[in-house]
Amino acid sequence: MIFEGTVHKYGRDVDTDVIIPARYLNTHDHAELAKHAMEDIDADFVNRVQQGDIIVAAENFGCGSSREHAPVAIKASGISVVVAASFARIFYRNAINTGLPIVVCPAAIAEAATGDTMKVDLAAGTVENVTKGTNYAAEAFPPFMQELIDRGGLMEYVKAQLAVDQS
Amino acid sequence: MGSTITEKILARAAGVAEAHAGDIIEARLDLVLANDVTAPLGIQEFEKAGFTKVFDPAKIALVPDHFTPNKDIKAAGQAKIMREFARRHGIVNYFEVGRVGIEHVLLPDLGMVAPGDVVIGADSHTCTYGAVAAFSTGVGSTDFAAAMAWGKVWLRVPESIRFVYSGRTQRWVTGKDLMLHTIGLIGVDGALYQAMELTGEAIENLPIDERFTMCNMAIEAGGKSGIVGFDEKTTRYLQSRPEGSRARVAGQVFASDPEAEYAQVIEIDAAAVPLTVSKPHLPSYSAAAADLGDTTIDQVVIGSCTNGRLEDLRQAASILRGRKVHPDVRCIILPGTQQVCLDAASDGTMQALIEAGCAFSTPTCGPCLGGHMGVLAEGERAVATTNRNFVGRMGHTGGEVYLAGPYVAAATAVSGHIATPEEVLGAKGGPR
Repeated sequence: MIFEGTVHKYGRDVDTDVIIPARYLNTHDHAELAKHAMEDIDADFVNRVQQGDIIVAAENFGCGSSREHAPVAIKASGISVVVAASFARIFYRNAINTGLPIVVCPAAIAEAATGDTMKVDLAAGTVENVTKGTNYAAEAFPPFMQELIDRGGLMEYVKAQLAVDQS
Repeated sequence: MGSTITEKILARAAGVAEAHAGDIIEARLDLVLANDVTAPLGIQEFEKAGFTKVFDPAKIALVPDHFTPNKDIKAAGQAKIMREFARRHGIVNYFEVGRVGIEHVLLPDLGMVAPGDVVIGADSHTCTYGAVAAFSTGVGSTDFAAAMAWGKVWLRVPESIRFVYSGRTQRWVTGKDLMLHTIGLIGVDGALYQAMELTGEAIENLPIDERFTMCNMAIEAGGKSGIVGFDEKTTRYLQSRPEGSRARVAGQVFASDPEAEYAQVIEIDAAAVPLTVSKPHLPSYSAAAADLGDTTIDQVVIGSCTNGRLEDLRQAASILRGRKVHPDVRCIILPGTQQVCLDAASDGTMQALIEAGCAFSTPTCGPCLGGHMGVLAEGERAVATTNRNFVGRMGHTGGEVYLAGPYVAAATAVSGHIATPEEVLGAKGGPR
């Protein structure tokens, strides 16, 4: 899968409270959550974001609360992929489980700026900053994560494991 | 090759002889939990995947603690989804308002977590139960849904960081201060993907309530889990619980081998750790409380899954008894469970707090995550014994949260600015 879109750039330790504030957690409706994505770090984000855009952030993206509403809100807002130097562990699992593409690529972060055009090739594992004319190799998923993704995600994996356990 | 306590617990749950850091395992689960924020999304995923049966209704806990008593109509709808699911699937560990408590205080207090257990919960503070030598970690709603169906979870066995707290803490310095200080040292991703193993003389001397506080905040350093080894304090705690956890102890008590491998060993002189406060807007921005006396405060929150146990409220009452909350401060008490309320009522703690001018809430997560029962307006500043001080965490993005332990929070409530017990009581510090 190849994504190309405009960068929205953030710093380190972007927590799930600012990604989707708790005052909106009284629903699990994806479209409703999308209206408030990134609201407490970037109130204008939902007005600027276009389908296919890319979030770029420094270390520890998605730290804090386990709320799966965070990757859900980001994905439903139109973001195609999040590129970060590192992800907090619960957010990492949640992104995989909800089908929000994420890429770990520490080298690509520093020079990326809001408004840049970025191209992310998941299969090839590359991140290209089209505006700056630079290319980076993304970190590969750990083999088990890749297997989980290839098998159609966590629920399909669990269904298969349940069948094995019960046979 | 030796094993850490975490590796031993996970090996047993996976049914393998040994498991080491980096291994991917499938662990059998002793408890799977979610709350009124995370469960509805999980229930939706459970049903969308076509699952019709939970693996074991007795090993699932559904705890409506975040926005209850229902804060608004939408939240009432979320709570209803969870209640109806619990009824449909015969989930006995569903706790209605009036019986419910804050999940990470309630479940261990009910004897639902034993040493050596493996627990996952759709709440990031599920790491709390390491205080009773269990492995527990937070996950999202889809992992929760999958675990309800499967009874297992895939996990990467974490590396461990061994923290050695030598010496004895100073008077009024609690597990909260030790943890805020530690997060200040290593940063909010200092233990990312790792288990924080808490050891040393100061931990051995720490009451079980304060061990819960420390393990609870492992996530604030990015940790996968926090854990304290089993000892006579664990035994005494379990003996005072209902039957459940005691029955499972045999064969589940593990300790790290002396030759176990650690990613890091970090030594901390507990005697040198001051009363500590974490400034806005990260738990790692820790500072000595004594250096922050110029900071005026509008609200003090004492309680939550971090510090809502009886000992926490007693610590607060020891400062507030016979004194008054500062006229410019609103002080809100968030007890962990109904039992904590009853105990605080019977030993005079509740009366001391109410007479001082504190508002005594029903158990709820409430303002900790900016839900209800005490959110901040723009420009307001709070000292809270909770766990996070992110931008907007307790309400308006223009509000500020300073994290502290119960002694500093109570002293602050009296003073109207960040204060130490020494300042309020006129008493001297010294070894605890």
